[in-house]
Amino acid sequence: MRRLVGQSIRRTEDARLLTGRAQFVDDVRLPMMAHAAFLRSEHAHARLRGVDLARARQRPGVIAAFAAPDLGDYWQPGPLLVPPPPIAGLVFHAATQVPLAREKVRYVGEPIAVVIAESRYIAEDALADIVVDLEPLPAVVDLEAALAPGAPRIHDQLDSNLAAHVVQAKGDYAKARAKAHRVIARRFHYDRGIAGAIENRAVVASWDQIAGEMTIWDTTQAPIPIRNGLARMLGLSESQVRVIAPFVGGGFGPKIMMFYPEEVVIPWVARTVGRPVKWVEDRRENFAATTQERGQIHDSEIALAKDGRILGVRDVFLHDTGAYDPYGLTVPINSQCTLLGPYAVPNYSSEFRAVFTTKPIVTPVRGAGRQHGVFVMERLLDIAARELGMDRVEIRRRNFLRPRDFPHDHKIIFQDFQPLVYDSGDYEPAMARAVEMIGYDRFVREEQPRLRAAGRHVGLGIVSYIEGTGIGPYEGARVTVEPSGHVRLATGVGTQGQGHFTSFAQVVADQLGVETSDVSVVTGDTQAFGWGTGTFASRGAVVAGSACHEAAVAVRQKALTLAAKLLGVKEARLAVGGGRIFVRDDPQRGLTLGELAQRSNPLRGAVVPGSEPGLEATKYFGPARGSTASGVHAMIVEVETETAQVTIQRYVVVHDCGVQLNPMIVEGQIQGGVAAGIGNAFYEQLVFDDGGQLLNASLMDYLMPTALDVPTVEMAHVETPSPLNPLGAKGVGEAGAIPTGAAFAQAVEDALAGSGVEITEIPLSPGRLFTLMAEAKQGGAGAQAAAPAAGGRALIIDGRYDFAGPPREVYSLLLDPAVLASVMPGAQRLERFGDRYVGELKVGVGPISAATFTLEVDLTDQVVGERYAMRVNARGRLGFVAGSAKVALAPGAGGIGTAMTYRAELQLGGTIAAVGQRMLDSMSKVMSAQGLKALDKALDKALDKALRARRGGAA
Amino acid sequence: MKPAAFIFHRAATLDDALALLADHPEAKPLAGGQSLIPAMNFRLAHPAALVDLNGVRELAGIAATADGGLRIGAMTRHLAVERSDLVRQRSPLLAETMPHVAHPQIRSRGTIGGSLAHADPSAELPAVMIALDARFQLRARGADRWVRATDFFTGLFATALAPGELLTAIEIPSRAARAGSAFLEVARRHGDYALAGVAVELSLDAAGRISRAWIALLSVGDGPVLTAASGSLVGQDASAANILATAELVRAEVDPPSDIHADAAYRRQLAAVLTRRALTIAAERARTA
Amino acid sequence: MHPVAFTLNGQRVERTVEARLLLSDFLRHDLGLTGTHVGCEHGVCGACTVLVDGEAVRACLMFAVQADGARVETVEHLGTEVALHPLQEAFREAHGLQCGFCTPGILMTLIPFLRDHPAPSDEEIREALSGNLCRCTGYANIVEAVKLAVARGAGVPSDTAARP
Repeated sequence: MRRLVGQSIRRTEDARLLTGRAQFVDDVRLPMMAHAAFLRSEHAHARLRGVDLARARQRPGVIAAFAAPDLGDYWQPGPLLVPPPPIAGLVFHAATQVPLAREKVRYVGEPIAVVIAESRYIAEDALADIVVDLEPLPAVVDLEAALAPGAPRIHDQLDSNLAAHVVQAKGDYAKARAKAHRVIARRFHYDRGIAGAIENRAVVASWDQIAGEMTIWDTTQAPIPIRNGLARMLGLSESQVRVIAPFVGGGFGPKIMMFYPEEVVIPWVARTVGRPVKWVEDRRENFAATTQERGQIHDSEIALAKDGRILGVRDVFLHDTGAYDPYGLTVPINSQCTLLGPYAVPNYSSEFRAVFTTKPIVTPVRGAGRQHGVFVMERLLDIAARELGMDRVEIRRRNFLRPRDFPHDHKIIFQDFQPLVYDSGDYEPAMARAVEMIGYDRFVREEQPRLRAAGRHVGLGIVSYIEGTGIGPYEGARVTVEPSGHVRLATGVGTQGQGHFTSFAQVVADQLGVETSDVSVVTGDTQAFGWGTGTFASRGAVVAGSACHEAAVAVRQKALTLAAKLLGVKEARLAVGGGRIFVRDDPQRGLTLGELAQRSNPLRGAVVPGSEPGLEATKYFGPARGSTASGVHAMIVEVETETAQVTIQRYVVVHDCGVQLNPMIVEGQIQGGVAAGIGNAFYEQLVFDDGGQLLNASLMDYLMPTALDVPTVEMAHVETPSPLNPLGAKGVGEAGAIPTGAAFAQAVEDALAGSGVEITEIPLSPGRLFTLMAEAKQGGAGAQAAAPAAGGRALIIDGRYDFAGPPREVYSLLLDPAVLASVMPGAQRLERFGDRYVGELKVGVGPISAATFTLEVDLTDQVVGERYAMRVNARGRLGFVAGSAKVALAPGAGGIGTAMTYRAELQLGGTIAAVGQRMLDSMSKVMSAQGLKALDKALDKALDKALRARRGGAA
Repeated sequence: MKPAAFIFHRAATLDDALALLADHPEAKPLAGGQSLIPAMNFRLAHPAALVDLNGVRELAGIAATADGGLRIGAMTRHLAVERSDLVRQRSPLLAETMPHVAHPQIRSRGTIGGSLAHADPSAELPAVMIALDARFQLRARGADRWVRATDFFTGLFATALAPGELLTAIEIPSRAARAGSAFLEVARRHGDYALAGVAVELSLDAAGRISRAWIALLSVGDGPVLTAASGSLVGQDASAANILATAELVRAEVDPPSDIHADAAYRRQLAAVLTRRALTIAAERARTA
Repeated sequence: MHPVAFTLNGQRVERTVEARLLLSDFLRHDLGLTGTHVGCEHGVCGACTVLVDGEAVRACLMFAVQADGARVETVEHLGTEVALHPLQEAFREAHGLQCGFCTPGILMTLIPFLRDHPAPSDEEIREALSGNLCRCTGYANIVEAVKLAVARGAGVPSDTAARP
């Protein structure tokens, strides 16, 4: 009955999307609609002492403004979405996000207040009217420092920043290690990124007071759980709340997160102000307020036999969960489980600690931690191959699980709470195909040596991976044949571009003997279908697809039963096709599905007991456990060693996702996944400084790959159908993105073979690669490079300056408020009150308008004529500058003049930190140079004056 | 990300624009807006008023000058420069650079004068204008002066423009007979601000020795950097050894900033490598000119 | 408030707008043409690309008031659901879109590109697309769609821009 399933049917949703007529959330227009903007924390960690909304509320065009206390009982921490799985000895501390910050803010971007206005423009104007009293606390950025004794605590109710501690093991690693021929140990870093959907998040809520109905349009991947949760929070029944996830412009994980503060606040606001309210996340907010993923540090070991067989693996890692952990342990458990890959690993010891940091919340992003595990395992195997003098393909082959090993129980628990059991797979053919497609043997034997001799550095990477996909609990679908013969299919999962409208229609059309275009699909509207979980974990096609199949099978059966009765023939003699049910050996005799639909819903007579009216069925499907997809990625890169530029010349994917519902869509998913993986490997990195400020919160500085950066992937497929669902399908949505970093690292390392560069971190960048190459050159071959710089940097201004005058003179001048004001670029006025200076600073450069900062400087540690320190605090609309400076004076060379050394460490926050970093280094240089020049001038003038005064006195 | 409110003035003529800028000292000129409007959307910039120059026809256009050079109106869009045969003939360096400036949708709106007056140290055009020894016409109400590109860029996003003054035209001098040029940059992605870049314009004398070599770098300082090393090549053969020596001088000379994309050491390396490559290409082009 | 009068998709439009209103918001929210999408509002993602006087521009980097006197075209001016423009047809055929959010901006970028480059190379196509971010497709099928449209020739290049 596979007529359409397996065909590359063109997508039915495309015409709407291509003509700009598909509705996305921001396209919703309602009468009287108001617009929301959120005030967000500029500090990564601070105590919130108060929020003053009075001025904002008075601004013309502002309808209302709310902070946490205004929410009353509605203010509740969000639910724990995924409780920890049943693993012995597991430690888990839940700390879930809150709608608006109340006592504390815990990451830059955490919402503090919301303004509702006639337009988004006015709402943003009013944000500047809000006065927030924050007492900054030290940020927690580095994972190891976060767990150190005495580290600042993010959640006061917890003893430390430990969110979870999980140990899983099989066999006896210590014993295996003792017997090993070789043990290889390394530390691996895998840093943060964003999902980067081009559509940011959005919520529109409309409360119908008369009907008592709340309608919410939401860019969510999980409309049904959102409805259920919001109904509970709002004190409404589920039938009073309708959540619609219309066309969604890319999900990739973060849109499954629930409940975002905005998702909770906007419906409440709509009901409170009595008008529909729209909030659309802007890109700047997206970098702070949408969940992110990745930061992990692994200390890993592999124990090997002489022939390259894996005896055991030990992996201890830290996982950055961000400020809250509503998504439980899904991501680190994925890392833990996926590390095992397609290999027979008899002994495994894995331990991780999830760590709270003052950074945005971490939840799954395409791959959801799987790439970390793959990166660790594949890198260990590469290094093992090198050290054992083995071929890197061979070492993988020797360790592959064989077809007879399935189902294979790894004896640890997966993210779906089920034992990690691979249902099916055959890894050798995929590897063989990839080796052939990329031309591995010829490349290694001929191509690479030839190019190397010509001074070119080309390298090949080839890695394997598996992906646990299509997990439960369940999805459902309802198939209805209308009297017109048209088929309606409703299912609960939302869709974000995966082609569900088409692939689900294919599944149903096959059963009902109609065409794909005869089936209209509704997804993501709780009014159309109200049971289900959502689109995540590469499960849409597998789980919802199977539910569609089951419902279609049931409708088919109903139609057959009815047709048999009406035609007076045995069911066995009937056939389905062309939108009809007909007698197989007398095709003229039959009924259309439309006729059957009509006849099944009679106005007279009786529906036979035990049957149901209508050609309609609702079915649910819940897989026993996830199905295991797998594949091999191979790539060839060229590294230009002078400039550290890397170009990807070829990219090959051989993939096994079981039965493909629509190969065109499958290949699109893989190509897109690889693009995301390439971004992750070489372009995209969220750079946080030591103060927890994200320094590249824009698409100018956060580099998503463009059409010039992503090659066209050459693809082949292996098909081992999953026995766990009626379609034989496995998930494919995330696969492309999972092994890319590992393949890239191997390829770059291979291109630089002999240079001593070993890649143990993702993402790379040309700048980082340049540093690694320079370090390898210095340290000699084989030295493991220093860890990537942690955290990032506060702004540091330091230097030395020689003045003509004596130290005492310089010292008193430096502390003279008038002089200080004249040397501080942009200082408007400065007054001294004891050891405190208070004033105003107006600075701007280039595109940054001169912005006013209120300035407070406190003097400490003064030793007259020798040294002093300052604490600096400046705040303005563009953000804040805070930090300390130390100044020391000493007699200059030969006792003439004064040598001043200075060092200021400044923390910047807010917009200037987020999008201005490109200018900061130059700007600080320019400003300190300006200041010093002015100081020199002031000093000259003062000395001159003193000298003249002395002369005058003498006269 | 919506801009703050501002007062909008639309200029119809140049005189109109100069008068508006003179009468409204708080106003900023709005050219293509491709740098200003993003800054306004982030609310990094919140000018009290804008004088829109897009309606001033007389400020746009490319013309040949009598001495064999080019005159480009400040409001000429990047796209027009990119498409201009005249520019290709008379200033191959400028023509070669244009596709590196941002993306097609930015170049269709962005203007030459806007890019130069913005004086972003990572932008391509300021360095190119320096390498070409272009001069800029600056007009204010009742004032008109010319400034050499080398004197126009005064620091980080800073120019010689006085309040009320407008960059109105650019003049590029004619090329020598045996001239060659090259523009190279390394950017993370095509169209991004370069990590480092170099514009070279050189010419050879009858004996094949270098008679002029202007090397201007971008993204390695507060503004475009005309290297002192440029002078070292004059009178020399354009040999690989001489070119390499000049590139090493550039490495020693530049003092680049560090940011999250590239630290100073990496930028210095790029500056040296790109200089070497650009000089080699430009010399070869001059030889075959 | 400023009057603005221009031609939008062949129709004369006259409105009064606040100076700071972005062209993208004006088209979407005041004029109801929601096919033009907004992804970054700082000129990088390209989702808001529209044609102004026949050239592709970022609607988020123009004020509505600046459209005065211009000819503006949006994705709604290409084909309809039942009669797709040949370029749209090629996108459908080649699976050049997934979530479709970036697609209108990409189409509007390509219209003048194909007018100016009737027989582009792969590299030229990719360069033309480099100002449009797509997170779903990995671009390969977008390039294929452009090639398909070019191969089919007729109708693709200039005619949207040229439509009255």
